[in-house]
Amino acid sequence: MRILIIITFFFSFGVLGDVIIVPPSDNAQERIQEALILANPGDEIHLTSGTYFIEDGLSLDIDNIILSGEGHENTILDFTNQMTGAQGLLITSNKVMLKDFAIINTKGDAIKAIGSDGIYFINLRTEWTGGPKSSNGAYGLYPVQSKDVLIDGCIAIGASDAGIYVGQSENIIVRNSRAEFNVAGIEIENSYYADVYNNIAQHNTGGILVFDLPDLPQQGGHHVRVFNNQILDNDTDNFAPEGNIVGEVPRGTGIIIMANSDVEIFDNDISGNGTMNIAIVSYSYEEAINATDYYPHPRGIQVHDNRLSNSGFNPDMDKEIAAIVKGLAKQTMPDIFWDGVLPLSQMIFGQPNEDRLVLMDNVDSSFMAIKPIQYMLSIPNPVTRDSIDFRGNIKPLDAVKIDLPSRYND
Amino acid sequence: MTKKVATKICIVFLFLSCNIYASVNEEAILSDDYPNTLSEFGFFSDQAKQIPEVDVLSYSLITPLFSDYANKNRFVYVPQGRTAEYQNNDVFKFPIGSVLIKTFSYKKMNVNNSEKQLIETRLLLNKKNGWDAVTYVWNEDQDEAFLNIAGKTILTEYFDESGMPINIRYRVPNKNQCKECHLKNDSLVPIGPKPRNLNRMVHYSDGPMNQLLKWETMNLTAENHEDIPAVADFTNSNESLDKRARAYLDINCGHCHSKTGSANTTGLYLNLNESNKKSIGIFKPPVAAGRGAGNFKYSIVPGNPDQSILLYRMISDEPDIMMPESGRAIAHQEGIDLIREWITAME
Repeated sequence: MRILIIITFFFSFGVLGDVIIVPPSDNAQERIQEALILANPGDEIHLTSGTYFIEDGLSLDIDNIILSGEGHENTILDFTNQMTGAQGLLITSNKVMLKDFAIINTKGDAIKAIGSDGIYFINLRTEWTGGPKSSNGAYGLYPVQSKDVLIDGCIAIGASDAGIYVGQSENIIVRNSRAEFNVAGIEIENSYYADVYNNIAQHNTGGILVFDLPDLPQQGGHHVRVFNNQILDNDTDNFAPEGNIVGEVPRGTGIIIMANSDVEIFDNDISGNGTMNIAIVSYSYEEAINATDYYPHPRGIQVHDNRLSNSGFNPDMDKEIAAIVKGLAKQTMPDIFWDGVLPLSQMIFGQPNEDRLVLMDNVDSSFMAIKPIQYMLSIPNPVTRDSIDFRGNIKPLDAVKIDLPSRYND
Repeated sequence: MTKKVATKICIVFLFLSCNIYASVNEEAILSDDYPNTLSEFGFFSDQAKQIPEVDVLSYSLITPLFSDYANKNRFVYVPQGRTAEYQNNDVFKFPIGSVLIKTFSYKKMNVNNSEKQLIETRLLLNKKNGWDAVTYVWNEDQDEAFLNIAGKTILTEYFDESGMPINIRYRVPNKNQCKECHLKNDSLVPIGPKPRNLNRMVHYSDGPMNQLLKWETMNLTAENHEDIPAVADFTNSNESLDKRARAYLDINCGHCHSKTGSANTTGLYLNLNESNKKSIGIFKPPVAAGRGAGNFKYSIVPGNPDQSILLYRMISDEPDIMMPESGRAIAHQEGIDLIREWITAME
């Protein structure tokens, strides 16, 4: 503790807490970890400018803490020589704000928060600096089983799975952030109530994924709004280790919605994605048949007022879905694709109205859906390209509200 | 004997017994602060030789957690006059004031066959607000262990069966890392002393005895449950392969990989009570495993250990791939052999 400088500090909004300042040093890991363990709720741990070389993972388990740096280009936690720890920084407590620092080159995930009620990632950078490589860690920012999740003004680069990954969580805002050169830029998985807006997802394999997977404690992902994002030029070859679900994402996909309910995609600019701009698909593992309480098909998906252009020019034929779409689409790859897979009864008798895919006012977009019965019977040209059949009234989803910390200045 | 003399003897006896039981510092156990040294707790009559006080009992597990081939001396302390309660399929419910003590050491075979290098002594203290974890790291002189909060790296070596020294970067866990494994729902709990993992014969100074019976005769536990099952000793080839493998996975993985553990995000449950084949890993795709998936599709592919993520992660020593995530730096060959055999034999 002798190295730590402790200052009692009155926050401008009246909360009394200590600010514990930790400068870079030879044993930065022990210094920071000690501060993270000895802090009291309400304290701020402040990392000054400079590079902190860290060999062992860090963790925080105290509520109501701010861990801050002096900017994501100035305060850098460098894990290049990491020896232990499945992630760089692990958060297991509530009401934690992380802001203004960078975590680079962790062996596994950069920052993981598990079971955190109130986790705020502000102006952070997570990056693997050697470019896209399958040896990079899986996730940059990784809140899971958390509530009231804010990711604001962050940058996530080079993750071998998702740059920004929110899993099995509730009440989520991801905004004003940039995800690039990841396999998936931003992924919302098995989560409830998420707003994803004002982000840039570029040069990933796939830009933004909204997925629901079976056999997990939280399933039935629903109520996700993806709006006003720039989802551009996602042109990085898929470099995920095989076996992971994102390993199946074709290079050049803008948005993929898989097996989620109530997703509204609007007002986005989606362009330059060589396979397709938007894909809406079912979870296709045969195992889903045996999964309990799991619905493998997308439903209640609304796609409207997006500006779509320049896609399908270089479909990633190594990936099954791209090859199927290309095979059916022939010369004209669609901007928006739906695999058409439904429960058998719905294939025959039609979907409930509220489950139907709705497409409205997507500027300059082309469309294709598979007619699955025709497809299975090997009838030639088993597709429809007419989006007029999918017109309908947009029922806007409510904006997501999250509890923000009193100390957060928006 | 006159009444007076008898009373005197009684008083002397009481005085003596008070002295005996005063050896363990109950105040230190229950305090919010930790003493700076291990000896302040008074668990040992000879701490450096790891000889416990009379009311601190050594114990062992049938199948233990692997920790980089470290030797572990385990001790339990239950406050006098209180007892731990049996709980079905779970760790004993210890009364407040109880302590579980575990000293990690390596043999220094190059010096003397019996000499050990004591590394750290971990304590689980059952305080008024629940269990608390703390560790004490032994000094170079090996005469005291000091409080450690933030964790520590100790570069040392151990000697394998052939007497070869193996370098090891031993990590003393920090407080948060203790919790990563010991967390169940939202509280810290012990992992090892489940009745089924204690149900074995042990040689005590006064002869061999079943460990559960010994605990009972020491008044550590209340009732005798004769129908308590015993887990398999994972090294005992007389036990069935399935029992040995499941016992091994239970103690090494099941504390996190259960519905109430910190790895429940993965949907992979390796605790002994889990019976759903997919939850145990059979043809279960990985979730958020990253490089840990190792280009494989399933946790367990029956008959094919080399395509099974479970085994792949046991073999690895890379931080983002290896399992468990913490608590080991090297692979456990005996465990790997067992799980390989188990998956190979699966149909």
